[in-house]
Amino acid sequence: MNFYPEFEVVRNDSRCIRCRVCERQCANEVHWFDEDGKVMLSDESKCVNCQRCVTLCPTRALKIVKSDCRLRENANYSDQTIKEIYRQAETGGVLLSSMGNPNPLPVYWDKILINASQVTNPPIDPLREPMETRVFLGKKPDHITRNADGSLDTKLAPQLSLSMPVMFSAMSYGSISYNAHASLARAATALGIYYNTGEGGLHEDFYQYGKNTIVQVASGRFGVHKDYLEAGAAIEIKMGQGAKPGIGGHLPGTKAVGDVSKTRMIPEGSDAISPAPHHDIYSIEDLRQLVYSLKEATEYRLPVIVKVAAVHNIAAIASGIARSGADIIAIDGFRGGTGAAPTRIRDNVGIPIELALAAVDKRLRDEGIRNNVSIICGGSVRSAADVVKAIALGADACYIATAACLAMGCHLCRSCHTGKCNWGIATQRPDLVKRLNPDIGSQRLINLMDAWRHEIKELMGGMGINSIEALRGNRLMLRGVGLTEKELEILGISHAGE
Amino acid sequence: MIPLEGQVRIPSGCAVSAMISRDGRRMNGESIIKSMVPMHDRSNGLGGGFAAYGIYPEYKEFYALHIFFNNKSAQAECMTLLKEYFEIVQDEHIKVRKIPQITDEPIIRRVFVSPMQSVLRHLQIDEKELVVRVVNQINADPTGSYVFSCGKNMGAFKAVGFPEDVGRYYRLEEYEAYSWTAHGRYPTNTPGWWGGAHPFCMLDYSIVHNGEISSYDANRRFIEMYGYKCTLQTDTEVITYIADYLLRRQGLTLDEMAAVIAAPFWSTIEGKPEADKEKYTYLRTVFPSLLVTGPFSIILGFDGGLMALNDRLKLRSMVVGEQDDMVYIASEEAAIRVMAPDIRNIWSPAGGEPVIVRVKEGAF
Repeated sequence: MNFYPEFEVVRNDSRCIRCRVCERQCANEVHWFDEDGKVMLSDESKCVNCQRCVTLCPTRALKIVKSDCRLRENANYSDQTIKEIYRQAETGGVLLSSMGNPNPLPVYWDKILINASQVTNPPIDPLREPMETRVFLGKKPDHITRNADGSLDTKLAPQLSLSMPVMFSAMSYGSISYNAHASLARAATALGIYYNTGEGGLHEDFYQYGKNTIVQVASGRFGVHKDYLEAGAAIEIKMGQGAKPGIGGHLPGTKAVGDVSKTRMIPEGSDAISPAPHHDIYSIEDLRQLVYSLKEATEYRLPVIVKVAAVHNIAAIASGIARSGADIIAIDGFRGGTGAAPTRIRDNVGIPIELALAAVDKRLRDEGIRNNVSIICGGSVRSAADVVKAIALGADACYIATAACLAMGCHLCRSCHTGKCNWGIATQRPDLVKRLNPDIGSQRLINLMDAWRHEIKELMGGMGINSIEALRGNRLMLRGVGLTEKELEILGISHAGE
Repeated sequence: MIPLEGQVRIPSGCAVSAMISRDGRRMNGESIIKSMVPMHDRSNGLGGGFAAYGIYPEYKEFYALHIFFNNKSAQAECMTLLKEYFEIVQDEHIKVRKIPQITDEPIIRRVFVSPMQSVLRHLQIDEKELVVRVVNQINADPTGSYVFSCGKNMGAFKAVGFPEDVGRYYRLEEYEAYSWTAHGRYPTNTPGWWGGAHPFCMLDYSIVHNGEISSYDANRRFIEMYGYKCTLQTDTEVITYIADYLLRRQGLTLDEMAAVIAAPFWSTIEGKPEADKEKYTYLRTVFPSLLVTGPFSIILGFDGGLMALNDRLKLRSMVVGEQDDMVYIASEEAAIRVMAPDIRNIWSPAGGEPVIVRVKEGAF
């Protein structure tokens, strides 16, 4: 069924100089030059509104606008709902989407406000006083022990040391490009934080960044071998992902080319579909065995992270993980991004990270095992303010991926699954990949994190806090606005004015 | 209605003062009371108190519980509970002097107790742990009974009022201690509740504190994992529990505790010799949630000594003076000069630098 396109390409012909940059830049082949009429034309049905042409047009002759030609308005059956039904009636297929859930569901970060000091306690000026953001992730001992001479025995379970409580979350080589991985690896190294391989293995060129790399072991076991496990600073077992709880990863065969297939250890061009469960983990005691297998394989040198999607029973699940030998739990909320996920799952499964995080932190404290594990919070952490709120709710650190992609140039057109990313990030086409220069990409990631670190310090200083440790779990520094009693109870915060 | 203490978090400014004889000489409360007079404006009449060490030599084997009861029925109920766990050695009124400045007093009792060995064996805990548990149980609902002091050979005395009046009210000139601490409170909102005054005590640890810590909820939520209940929502309460947890339960030294709650900055740690670097890094890594930020000056009293500590940015004033066997600590130099008019050696310790004073071995 044919529809009027979702977007319109508006070209100001008096400004257009026929340079044809839009044509060359559009992997979706929206623009072309009509030799007869000497004009630029466009097929808007192919446009995904990635803004590449708009950004590169030297005369600002282009804009992409939302089409106002819509089906008859209906508050129940939206334009999109109806068109999805048509598409499925045509193809019989599962709808695919990319990036995080775009629907207008509650964003609790935006309903939480941060405190500041007035009179009774001084705000601290980060320009004039030390302000600390260093964090250690890993298991903390219940009791100190002493050597024979009475000095402290300072041996600890392996810890990750972060210069600031933010890391780059898992994005596989395959779902994103070589240059995107290079940018993340270099930035993480320069920043003293970590990036995460995702489940696509680790390209041999990036072993040099191992000190700042978290290597992931997911249900497909793609790219997992001894050298890989030993290459990183930590191992993450991916049990689930916020964007698609309950199912495995999916790399379209079009992206499994060249080094990607080699790194994943799969045939070129084959779809890499990881199973929904790990087939060696059907229960919590099985998880414990995998945790210890990985620890054995790496001689207990590396902390093990277990990443789970935020689902209804997350507090009990986290409590189980905290007793499974894992050093760190990563919780991924339902607004987290993805390179490809079934639309229905992305938009309807899982719970908001804010509530999941608050529930997990509380449960682990109620059970007295919060010290057994560190908590990483991911799934749409968009700014320094979100980071501060997450830490105050109880996270040790945050994972960011969408924000990192944006820093590298992503315009959130949500078309990663097509493999035609015009920004060189979510693609394996060499002509597109080379558009992302890792020198620039890594610098922009570093800039973003520097900016956030400044903002985190500023917000902490306002609260009279000069070290991130004193913010962690400090829920008194948060107030809710426009939240119900129940929501406040779960978040463990008071309402503004209380 | 104004919420009661414990139903709302109440920040307060304050005055602190302390004196200790390193020779273990016992001195009555006159001097420490007078030291609070020049700092009158640092309090607002909503709380004052003192802790005294070495005051019950004849009962030094027993835990001295100082308890506020709201009424006779609360008292009866509390005593019944105590008898389940302890032998009651002595149960008496704490003598007071009626003065117009101090009113609305609760029933104030002093009960010397000895833990029953059968209970300790049954619960498989030591006697200190038993005292902590029972006191926490009683204080979990502070509207009926409130144990405000539970150490051996020491005691706290506190009330709603200015500290100098509180001292006279409790007739502190009749007590002899080798170490005294004092506190005047300036809470920003409270109806005034006797239990909310400082010092705050747990076993033989007593804390007087001046400041408003910004790490409060991070500290509270951590320490509550280990069986402590922060019913009063005050900084002092949580700092006392932290001290008990680190010193008694984890077995840290005072210096090590100071390196947890007023941890050196990472940049400072980097510059230390290797062994120190390892130690400080370890302590910050293991106890990050017990770092206390925001302004504070605290004086921790314990059996046989004192420790004074400022926050690591020194956002609150605190001075220390030394003369012969005496060490004085106060929010203001003026207070020290009242206690020791001829004192010459007065200094201001750096932020995060603990001042630890111990009484000579065997002196008391």
